[in-house]
Amino acid sequence: MATTAPGNLLMTTVERAANWARTRSMFPATFGLACCAIEMMATGAAHYDLARFGMEVFRASPRQADLMIVAGRVSQKMAPVLRQVYDQMPDPKWVISMGACASTGGMFNNYALVQGVDQVVPVDIYVPGCPPGPQSLMHGILTLHDKIMAGEIKV
Amino acid sequence: MTLADYLPILVMFVLAAGFVAVSLLASRMFSPNRPTPEKLEPYECGIIPEVEPSQRFPVKFYLVAMLFVIFDVEIIFLFAWASIWDSLGWYGVAAVLIFTFFVIETLVYVWKRGALDWNVHRRARYLGEEIKEAA
Amino acid sequence: MSPVLEQLAESFESVTWELSHGQDVARVPREDWEAFGRTAKEAGFEVCSDVTAVDWMRQRPERFEVVACLLSMSHRLRLRMITTVGREEPSVPSLTPIWPGAGYAEREVWDMFGIRFEGHPDLTRILMPDDWEGHPLRKDFGVGSVPVQFKTSHQVN
Repeated sequence: MATTAPGNLLMTTVERAANWARTRSMFPATFGLACCAIEMMATGAAHYDLARFGMEVFRASPRQADLMIVAGRVSQKMAPVLRQVYDQMPDPKWVISMGACASTGGMFNNYALVQGVDQVVPVDIYVPGCPPGPQSLMHGILTLHDKIMAGEIKV
Repeated sequence: MTLADYLPILVMFVLAAGFVAVSLLASRMFSPNRPTPEKLEPYECGIIPEVEPSQRFPVKFYLVAMLFVIFDVEIIFLFAWASIWDSLGWYGVAAVLIFTFFVIETLVYVWKRGALDWNVHRRARYLGEEIKEAA
Repeated sequence: MSPVLEQLAESFESVTWELSHGQDVARVPREDWEAFGRTAKEAGFEVCSDVTAVDWMRQRPERFEVVACLLSMSHRLRLRMITTVGREEPSVPSLTPIWPGAGYAEREVWDMFGIRFEGHPDLTRILMPDDWEGHPLRKDFGVGSVPVQFKTSHQVN
């Protein structure tokens, strides 16, 4: 699934073409939980347009989404919901953990929050920030694209 | 009108079939297929579904479907008349007008009986209430 | 004090009144909690905007305080009613039959403090997962923090 493979992979042209198509048409699933969701919306809005990278719409249903951007604090009560939504996404799927709270629990080191969403789902890219600005999120998304194109992330 | 005039239709058919075949084949070759029990469950915003959804649906959908079928069959008869209307002359016009009158009479009957009403109007008719204007 | 509150004060002898930062506060003994609530609603306090609690731990003889904030839109008044409950099996009559909007706030107080509300239609956890043990906002509940190693600090065990 979404795990990294070491070293250089010999990729056929067909695989490369498939990866190109997957990267250029990745639909994110809406998983905005807290303040990072505002920055995610700003990234999708007109000024820092995400649609120019092929992320035309944020799909509400996980069945139609490739990429889950976990934007915000994941509480203990939300963790099973997050896992279920991740499970219901069809392969190939990727996860970006956006912001400090999703990556490590952020400034909230307490009983209520899961300390890092990678305790619940496998994460491909961590985007630091509180909240990360649209440029940072976009850098994270483009890094994910580069990793998929280079074959580092096996589909 | 020779048979060769129908060649473009055949070509279009072949292209459409080819497109469908290529799409399905590409999907079969490239898409990873890893079904898990969680993936196959119905989507309920992330909550584990506890109750099976009710299999019954409101009968007003059935009514609309039935009415559609009936009026669709009547339209088929109108198509038959329309394809040779000029060779039937005034007799044909008179016949089709009588036919259409009965069709429209059926529509008016169904309309007045309330089979086409939904929600607010149906409820008002059923309970005998007045329909209040929105404040 | 406005005439509405004076009328309330006359009906209930056991209630002490104070002014706290410009807000009227009524300290109601636990037995009169529900009756005072009903009278206040009839007197014109249509809205119960919040129900919350305070954990005084060892500073007061009665450990918990339950606070209900009332709002009267017709008289343009706010009133806070406070009662105290002890530490063993704390429970207070519910205000949900009087103001249905207090239902969720009382569930939150149950979840966070462990104070039961008698007569509440559905007293279950609302913020924490259903199988959570403990009441997080009590003073003797740990923060639940995970030890973190920061790069610039010396080794911590």
